[in-house]
Amino acid sequence: MNRVVLRFLSIADNVGLARIAVAALAAQTNFSVNDLEEIKVAVSEAVSNAVVHAYPGRRDGWIEVACAVNQEGLTVAVEDWGVGIEDIERAREPAYSRDPERMGLGFVFMESFMHDVQVESTPGQGTRVRMQRLVTWSGELSRDAQ
Amino acid sequence: MTFVHTVQAGRITVAVSGDLDLKTAAPLREALDGLINRYPDRQLVLDLAEVDFVDSSGLGVILGRYRKLSASGRSMALSGVKPPVWMVLELAGVLSIMPVSEYLPRNPVRDGRA
Repeated sequence: MNRVVLRFLSIADNVGLARIAVAALAAQTNFSVNDLEEIKVAVSEAVSNAVVHAYPGRRDGWIEVACAVNQEGLTVAVEDWGVGIEDIERAREPAYSRDPERMGLGFVFMESFMHDVQVESTPGQGTRVRMQRLVTWSGELSRDAQ
Repeated sequence: MTFVHTVQAGRITVAVSGDLDLKTAAPLREALDGLINRYPDRQLVLDLAEVDFVDSSGLGVILGRYRKLSASGRSMALSGVKPPVWMVLELAGVLSIMPVSEYLPRNPVRDGRA
């Protein structure tokens, strides 16, 4: 078991830092190179959402990424203390986005590349996205949930 | 991130180097829109041989340019796509809407020998 907590400001430069740090932690257990690439995309999406939506127009909001890895896999929680999400179900729908250039694929990628994605949010208080990725022998995720 | 473009035979080729994510999406969008407007009759090819990571922010730039070009009857293609990028393009359905070719190493290893 190993645990890491990263806390950083809501700046786009920190998206790459977060995904690389989480992938480096995940590499301590038996994930394939392909698994690590998928984890990087999921983390990038969760942190990008926090940077873009939690603190609109601000670069001084805190984002915390807490992760734990063991033989069974990885859990990642991305938390912010920003504006929150009014309607979580709608936010998770494919193609829903407040920004026409972002395509609304963020949650699609998180749900496709991780085994479990849970979102808790309170408007005005913040959002927490918790994701889990299990080590699987085939290295392939079941995408039946799509 | 760096972009190098060449204009030849009806085609603008833009070689991109670096990760395509939230940080690089805006400069890439501006660079591509500038070239699309400057060379109004040409198709766009994005060479992604030096790109190892794309997420939905980067994908948004690619699909946004595709929509813009398609609206005026122009085409777009992606070349040099590496496996981690291919995986994201495939999941997003990009492979079925525009020509995409995979990365071919310059010095391929054959039978275990260089």
